[in-house]
This record gives sequence, structure tokens and C-alpha cells, in this order.
Amino acid sequence: MKSIRKLIQRPLLATAALALLGSLATPAFAGKTIDAIKARGTLNCGVNPSLPGFSAADSQGVWAGLDVDVCRAVAATLLSDPLKVKYTPLNAAQRFAVLQAGEIDILSRNTTWTLNRDASLGLHFTGTTYYDGQGFMVPKKSKITSATKLKGATVCVQSGTTTEKNLNDYSKVMKLNMKPVVFDTQEATNKAYFSGRCQAYTTDASGLASVRNKEATNPDDHLILPELISKEPLGPSVRRGDDEFFAIVKWVAYVLIEAEEYGITQANVDQMKSSSTDPVVMRILGTSEDTGKLLGLDKEWAYRAIKAVGNYGEMFERNVGPKSTLKLPRGLNNQWNKGGLMYAPPVR
Amino acid sequence: MANTGYQQHFEPIAARQPPVNETGLMAWIQRGFFDGPVNSLLTVLFVAMLVWAIPPIFNWTIWYAIPNADNAACRAAHGLGACWGVVAEKGRLILFGRYPFEEQWRPLVASAAVVVLLVVSCLKTFWRPALVGAWVAVYAFFFALMLGGFAGLTPVETARWGGLPLTLLLASVSLVVAFPLAILLALGRQSNLPAIRTLCVIFVEFVRGVPLISVLFMASFILPLFMPQGTKIDVLVRVLVGMTLFTAAYLAEVIRGGLQALPKGQVEAAHSLGMTYWQIQRMIVLPQALRLVVPAIVNTFIGAFKDTSLVTIVSLYDLTGAVQLALGDADWRKFFIEGQLFVAGIYFIACFAMSRYSQWLESHLNTGTRRQ
Amino acid sequence: MSTPPPPKRQWSWRSQAFRGLVYQILAIVGLAIAVGYLMSNTFANMRARGIQSGFDFFLQPAGFGIGESLIEFDSSQNYLVAYLVGLSNTLRVALVGLVLATFLGTLIGIGRLTQNTLVKTLCASYVEITRNIPLLLQLFMWYFAMTELLPPIESPLRPLEGVFFSKNGLQYPLPVWEPGHWGTLIGLCVGIGTWKFWSRHVTQNFEATGLTKPSFLPGLGLFIVCGVIGWLAGGFPSELDIPEITEINVVGGGSVTPEYLTLLVGLTVYTSGYIAEVVRAGIQSVSFGQHEAALALGLKRTQELRLIQLPQAMRVIIPPLTSQYLNLIKNSSLAVAVGYPDLVSISSTALNQTGRAIECIALVMMIYLSLSLLTSALMNIYNRRVRIKDR
Repeated sequence: MKSIRKLIQRPLLATAALALLGSLATPAFAGKTIDAIKARGTLNCGVNPSLPGFSAADSQGVWAGLDVDVCRAVAATLLSDPLKVKYTPLNAAQRFAVLQAGEIDILSRNTTWTLNRDASLGLHFTGTTYYDGQGFMVPKKSKITSATKLKGATVCVQSGTTTEKNLNDYSKVMKLNMKPVVFDTQEATNKAYFSGRCQAYTTDASGLASVRNKEATNPDDHLILPELISKEPLGPSVRRGDDEFFAIVKWVAYVLIEAEEYGITQANVDQMKSSSTDPVVMRILGTSEDTGKLLGLDKEWAYRAIKAVGNYGEMFERNVGPKSTLKLPRGLNNQWNKGGLMYAPPVR
Repeated sequence: MANTGYQQHFEPIAARQPPVNETGLMAWIQRGFFDGPVNSLLTVLFVAMLVWAIPPIFNWTIWYAIPNADNAACRAAHGLGACWGVVAEKGRLILFGRYPFEEQWRPLVASAAVVVLLVVSCLKTFWRPALVGAWVAVYAFFFALMLGGFAGLTPVETARWGGLPLTLLLASVSLVVAFPLAILLALGRQSNLPAIRTLCVIFVEFVRGVPLISVLFMASFILPLFMPQGTKIDVLVRVLVGMTLFTAAYLAEVIRGGLQALPKGQVEAAHSLGMTYWQIQRMIVLPQALRLVVPAIVNTFIGAFKDTSLVTIVSLYDLTGAVQLALGDADWRKFFIEGQLFVAGIYFIACFAMSRYSQWLESHLNTGTRRQ
Repeated sequence: MSTPPPPKRQWSWRSQAFRGLVYQILAIVGLAIAVGYLMSNTFANMRARGIQSGFDFFLQPAGFGIGESLIEFDSSQNYLVAYLVGLSNTLRVALVGLVLATFLGTLIGIGRLTQNTLVKTLCASYVEITRNIPLLLQLFMWYFAMTELLPPIESPLRPLEGVFFSKNGLQYPLPVWEPGHWGTLIGLCVGIGTWKFWSRHVTQNFEATGLTKPSFLPGLGLFIVCGVIGWLAGGFPSELDIPEITEINVVGGGSVTPEYLTLLVGLTVYTSGYIAEVVRAGIQSVSFGQHEAALALGLKRTQELRLIQLPQAMRVIIPPLTSQYLNLIKNSSLAVAVGYPDLVSISSTALNQTGRAIECIALVMMIYLSLSLLTSALMNIYNRRVRIKDR
């Protein structure tokens, strides 16, 4: 009797242990992202932990920013509620791995669209929401007014971004022999620059404005140099292999841009929906045609998105534009018919 | 010959006083501080150094310090006095990380429970089988309280756990789970079966030869790839797996030291009694070997407690990471050093207490050979 | 009497050898299945996510610059060269740290055993403080001290002509390599030979006559003199690369950055606390009778330490000292937190740029494993010389 008990005891314990271990890995739905989002009831959105203007949480934990608004628009379209988003703050090193692993559905984290990332990391960029460029910031008292004067300078840069490569390319072309000091977190990079360890700080120009505003004891003591040394088209990205979700995210962003082109704002969208006679507006808002059916959505998909976050111009003004704390000019991010690069393919 | 003419008057004279510099305060001072020219010179040098260093430190730390969370006063006193107001202002963020503000009583209660459990486990009166049950119960309570999701407690995902509870959790769980694994590895290294011995040696040497950072990177980036498609593993679980494997390898070496210190005669006697391998290990070898190395195990726990600070690099905000996070705020960034001193103080108190306990254990369990 | 026939191998469960064989086969098969399962999962996942694999990307140009390196690194060189630069940076800080930590640790360990109460207490507090605070926190504090307290880059301290001390670190004139320096190198090698020769002469003299001669200083003097003769013979090359102030910076010469200094000081202080304890335990393991005998012979404390206690303590010190050395080498991987471009930091950059997590991390682990095995092997050779020979 005793020996039989012993014979069963050990395998039983082993099975129990394995079951416990197995229960720690929760199964998630593979493949169809939209089904998973709908079943879960929330959109998982990867954002920057703290880049005011693009994504930052206030002390109550409420997120705001340009990248955040993109996620809210997608949630409004898919789940009819822009608040049903779970934001995961990610540093530059983990962002792609987390998207690849399926822990987030969308990466909306001021990420530059490059060949390398589009082709070899298993993701798809859905478009550009902000045309940016990499620049430098220096303390005003160093009396440097142009990036060409940064000969031999020490430059603080964050690891894991396109910034390192661009800095190096620029340094080689202009024969500046700049010395990068590389940190793995943004906090460490900021701290090193503001304590005077480096003579310049480099990242995307929008990031420079945001950091200067947030971190400098006196923002006016720092100058953002006029040269933009690279093209940095920032945009959201999703995992490869789900064309439906890819199309939805892409077209949500485009419809927000097109809404600005046709004058649909968050304030007048209801009125436009009920009373506008412009055929383009009627098509966008679903009054005349059901463009949503082709995306697997209903006909009010664009209406919900615009009602949630406004058109692209409003998003820009609110988060990074001249009325916000960053005070960035529209510049390249203006509509195509106003001298910028924002050209949305027609929603038809 | 009888004792007749010889009379010895033994008149005891009063004992002389010992020389002045053998007893008393002067003796202690002379022997301790001025014993010989080199010692005297060293004493003078170090006293001079202390006199030069201590008053400014005292001024900065205590005299001119600002204890309350007054940013303006702190800035005014910057450089002159420490701003302990940083601790008052950001203390909760440092201690509990990104845990939702209103729910922070939960990590407080959970950490207190674990600390009480650890302290209780250290006292010899509580060393009975019921202690194991207590451990299971307290950890179940810890997880339930931190995770929430029932009885009206809002669910809080593990990615938001941080600060002190995370440090305690990582250190204790990794050690407890690593313990049986380490015993198996140590026994495997001693085994007669060459395949098992080789496998255990390879595992232990491999894990001990790489830095903990790369093990954490591997757990963080590569472990999700090992899982069947579609399963997700929690971030905390991944880090725990990495730390457990790492701690298991170090513990295995410690236990192996204990196994080697056991006289061979014990095992030979057991063989002659006809005991099986596992009976021998369970009843004779392990109880003695583990008693020998308990102080070293406590030292490994201290090491694991300090190593939890490395999870900052994979973006889990334990104590060290939380202080970086808390002091990213531009208003309070100048007072970085006070925040770090606060966290260093917590680590110091915890580790110092544990190392003193380890020394007490060593003398109490009578496990070390007497040294002079 | 003929020897009994060897026992036949029994193929039954009752034979211990047979059972052992079965367990081993089960273990190996089980491990193979587990590894195969993990590998198949990995490949399936990588295929599904569109991640490429393979080690060929290591030969592509790195595309990033490295802030400081012993060898000139250009971003057009491939990832393997970048890894090599990272390894050289790691070794640069680890080797210097090992020497300094051993030196400092030994002093403090001996200091804990002196009679001087003040020194004893200070050394004990030093050990307690450095051992009970995590290394990462200590590195952050040292880095904070360096970046806040050093003079700004525009107005560096100039203690000597050509030496600049600022937030950029310590910049000093560096001799430029010329063919004449081969003469210096050869001279120094010859100097080592003459030093050994002098030590041997002193020992032989002592054993023959019992008289001591000074050994260290004359040996050092011979070493330096041979080096100088070699330098003169090489044509006394004396060109220096002196740092000079450009518009915004100080360029040229050799430099020691704050990141390097932080890591070096942090590692040295942290490890010296542990080494002090190891040395103290070693000296205390020498039996008390040796100390009494030394007192009886009238030896000074320094002579007693050098001739009697430390040599015997070595056999107790070396194994834990080995593990402290390994810890220091592995702890240097924390450089990524203070911005020093060591091996782990460079592999992290490579990982981010290429997305190939497995290959990058695997290469780093292999390199660290080799370093650890090499250090253990070297220390084991030394250990075999000092341990008690069993009779």
C-alpha cells in the first residue's frame, strides 16, 4: 500500500507543478487582432512614458498627446469608446519586442519609419502622423548658433533609437568628429545634458522642444539649433500578418487628415453629419455611402473617430501646436494645399 | 627534619598598583590609539580627516536641512542643506512605484506582512512545520492583495508593481523557488552518473559565468520566443524566472560546499545500513549539510536582495528604478542625491540587519570552527 | 589462487549500474526533448513574426559611433569590430579595477585586524557600507558626484600644463607611438629580467650568508634604468599629443572620461569591501601559534604579515578571491547604466538597431563565459601552487 502511494505521489506532485507553471502563461488569441481587441474590450497601445505633446500621463494617470490621440481614435472606431485604451509605457529598447510579442496591438510612440524597421522587425508602419527631423540643443551660454560649429563636441544621445546612427552619419559628412555619450534611458540622458556633462543633446526636433519645456530649469537658457540633420517621419506601427487591422489603423489616420482638409471639426461634426450636402463630407461621415463595410466596420467609423479627437489640425494644435506648451509650427505637417506634406488618399 | 629553627614569616605586602597604562581609560586610549609611532601617526591623520569632514556633513545633513516638502525653501538652501522634503514629497512614489495612488495601502500592508514573516522565520522558536504553511499563506495573501480583482479591490496589473514590495517579492520568491532546484543541482554535481554530473556542471558554470544583466535581457527578450505561439508571459514572471535560475546556480555552489564538508564516513555508514540514495540524502546528508551552510544561504539572500536593483534595466521599477522615476520631475531633479541616500539607507538597514543575523546564526548553530 | 572472474553485467533493475544507466539515458532524452520543443517554438514564433535569424548581419557596417575606445572605431566597420571595441573597454575597466580593488581590499582587510581602534572602526564601517548598498545605486551616486561637482567643460581645471580636468574627464598628453618606442619596450622587458635576476641574487645571498639586502627598490630602479636606456637607444622619441582647446571643447591627447572613472571607482570601492573580508578571514585562519611565534622571534608587524601570515593565508584567500574577481568582471556590465560603452552596452545598441535579440545576447554571453573561464583557470593555476599538498 505504502509503496503504491509513493508511486503515485511523485508523478502527481510533478503534474501539479507543471499545471501551476502552465497556468502562469495565459493563452491569448493569435492571429486576428481585431477579434482579440473586441473580446478583450480594450485596445493595447504602446506609448512613450513621458514625452509631453506626444504621450504623457498627468498626476491622475490620464494620458494625453498626439500619439495618444491616434490610439483613442482607433479605439473610438473599433470599440465605440475612445476611453477603452490601455496605455503601456515603453522605453526605446523594448518597444519592438513588446509589439512583436503581442502584448500591445499598436505602437504609437514617436517611432521613425525606416526600411530596417519596416522590413526586418516583423511590423508594418501604417503612415506618418508627424514629419520630424533630428536636431541639436545646446545651452545658450555656449554661444553656438549652428550645428556646423559642433566640432569635437560631446553629445548626449539615447540608445536604441535612430538618433545614434544619424548623429554618426552627420558627423562623418561634416567632419565634425563628435563624441557620443550613450545612455539607455531618457531620464539618464536628460540628466547628463542638463548637468553639463555634454555640450549638446540630440533627438527629434519635437522631442527637443518637449524635453526643453519639461526638464530645463529655465527653458530660455537652451537653444534648439536650426539644422535638421535627418528625416524622421514618425508614425504608428502594427504587427505583420493582420492586413485588416493594418488597414483600419491606416485609414483612421488618413480620415482625420482628410477631415481637416474638408473642414470637419470635433465641434461641427454632428451638424455636418446631419445637414451637410458636400458629397465628400457625406461619404466620410457615412451619410451617403458605407465606406466602413469595406474595412469590416460600420458606416459611422469615421464619425466616431473625428468626434473623439477632432481632425488632424485640432490634434496638432491641442498637443504640439502654437497654442500648446511646445509651440511647434505646423511646418511640414500642414495640409498639402497649404504647403505641407499631409496628403490623405481620398476616402472613397 | 622538622620545621624547628626556620621560621618564615610570610608577611604579605600590599599588592602594588598596576602600571598606569595597563588599566583604565588612559590604558585603553594608549593601547588603542597611540600604540607605537605608526599607530599614533595614523590616529592623528584620521582624526584630522574626520575633523575636516564631519562638521560640513553634519551641517548639510541635519543642521541646515529642510525636512518638509517645500520646494522654494529647498531651492534656497540648495548646496547648503539637504532637502529631505524630497522624501516627504516623493516618498510614496519611491516606495510603491507606479502603483495607483489611492490603492497604495495595499502594497503597504502586503510588504508589512512579508517583512513580519521574514522576521518571524528568523527566530528559532518558530522553526516548526507550521512555518511552511505560514509562508504559503502569507505569499498567497500578498499576491491576492496586490493583484486585486475581487472583493471590491480594483485589479492592478503586475507591470505597475514597483518599489519596496517588488524588491521583497523578487528577492524572496526567487530564493524560495531556487532552493529545491539548487539542492538538485548540487546533488547532481556530486553524483556518480557522468551524464547527470556533466549536465549539472555545465548549467551551473554557464549561469555563474554570465552577468545577471544578460540573464535578465535573455529572460525579457527571448523567453517569450520559447513559448508556444500565442501564449503570453507576464513581465514579472519572466524576470522571476531569470532571477531564479541565476540564484539557483549560486545556491548550488553554496550547498555543494556544505555537501563536501560532510565526512565521507556518514554516507558509508548509511550504505552499510542499506539505505537508498534518496533516503540517505533526505535523512542524513542534507540536514547536516544545510545546517553547515545556513549563514552562506543568508549571504546569498542578501546578494539577491541587492541584485534586484538590476531589474531597473528591464524597466521594472523596483526601489532603485522608482527613485530614478520619481526624480525625473523637473522641480525636484536637483535633489537627486537626497532621494538616492534615502533608498541607500533602506538597503543598508535591511542588508546590515540580515548580515548581523547571519553572524548570529553562525555562532548560534555552532557551525564554524573556533578561530582566535 | 586465480582471481575471481569479473562480475557479469546484470541487466536487471536491482543492479545499481543498470539503474544509473537508465536514469542517465532518461535525463539526456528528456533534455533533448525539452530543448527540441523550445527550439521548434522559437523558430515558429520567429517565422510568424517575420524576424530573420542568422549570424551574417554581424559582418554589416555598424553605423553607430562609440564614444571612447582604445582602438580607433569608425562606424563603417562591422558589428564584430564594435563588439571587439566593447570587449576592450570592458577589459580596460575590469583589469585596472581588479588591481586597485585587490590593493585597496588588502589594505582595509589588514586594517580591520590592527590594534588601532580608530582605524579598525573606520575600516569596519567602510566594509559594512560598501557591502550593504547595491552596486547600481553606488554607481548612480558616483556618477551624480562626477557630473555635478566637476568643473564645466568650458572652464576646465588646469593643474599642470597640458592636463585638463572637467566634466569631459581627465585629459592628459599622450606619447605618440613611434618606431623608437620599440627600444623602450625592449628595454623594459630586459628590465623585468634584471629585476628577477636581482631578487634571485638577494635570496641566494640570504640563504648563503643570512644577511639581507634591499630587494624591492633596487629592482625597481634597475627596471626603470633599463627602460630609460632602451628609450635613449631608440632615439629618444618624445613627441606628445597634447590636448588643446578648440572653440568649444578640449580635443586631443589621452582622456579618461567621467563614465570610465565612475565605473572604475564604483567597482573598486564595492569589490574592495568584499576582498577586505576575504583577506581578513584568510589572515584569521592562520593559527594563533604562528603569531605568538612571530612575536617571540621579535618580528615587526609588517614582517610578520609579509613573511608568515599572508603566504599561509593565501590558500584560504584564493578561492573566494577568484569568485570576487569574477564578480567584478561581471559587474562591469552595469556600465550601460552610466553611459560607458562596454560590451553589454554595445550589444544593446546592436540589438536595437538590428532587432536580432538572440544572436546579440548569445554572443555577449559567450564572451563573458570565456572571460570567466579564463580567469578561473588562471586563478586555479595559482591556487594549485599555494594550496596544502596532500600527502
